[in-house]
Amino acid sequence: MTDLPFWAEIAVSVFLVIAGVFGLVGSYGLIRLPDPMTRLHAPTKATTLGVGGVLIASMIFVFATEGRVSLHELLIALFLFLSSPITALFIAKVHLHLREDQSTLPQPSDGLGWAGYTVETPARGVRESLDESDDAESR
Amino acid sequence: MILYALSFAIGCFALGLLLNLWRVVKGPQASDRILALDTMTINAIALLILLGIALGSSIFFEVSMLFALVGFISTVSYCRFLLRGDIIE
Repeated sequence: MTDLPFWAEIAVSVFLVIAGVFGLVGSYGLIRLPDPMTRLHAPTKATTLGVGGVLIASMIFVFATEGRVSLHELLIALFLFLSSPITALFIAKVHLHLREDQSTLPQPSDGLGWAGYTVETPARGVRESLDESDDAESR
Repeated sequence: MILYALSFAIGCFALGLLLNLWRVVKGPQASDRILALDTMTINAIALLILLGIALGSSIFFEVSMLFALVGFISTVSYCRFLLRGDIIE
């Protein structure tokens, strides 16, 4: 990797350093922030930016060394950017439904309550609701 | 110069993996552990791509694509197991 042009070395190095700093900040925020909902914020955004920086650096590196545009990185970036909001939503739902209640959450302004909780069965997905469902006898 | 930046980035993501492992061990609730495992997967993807740059090989892209797929599916199935008690209903 010594015969790279100068602009490619500068660009790859800058993107690698930015990506490393973002990844480290995301992982440090995971252990530093105080409660679970703020802890959800740090890695799902900063680490996605970190992986994005690594992917851009890899694309520039492949283009500078071999002269072709590599599309694997775009595929990985597309999949990560599609899947990381879904994982964040699922982890937030696990926290909300297993650890919080409607009384411990802030009240919405329209007075209808939180959409995840229904009125009749307060916490959808708690363990008691499994017993009368149809998969109990199939085991 | 690119070698120093590569070493810096690999060191950052490796340190991030160690911090995530600490959260997995210490995490007070299950959701923290799931989040730390998901972040470990993303950091491992970044490390694999950096290793691909360092070794000049393109086979690491397929490996990191598989890591992304399996990590996403494992995170969603952990969460569904905790939420519904069953993964495929």
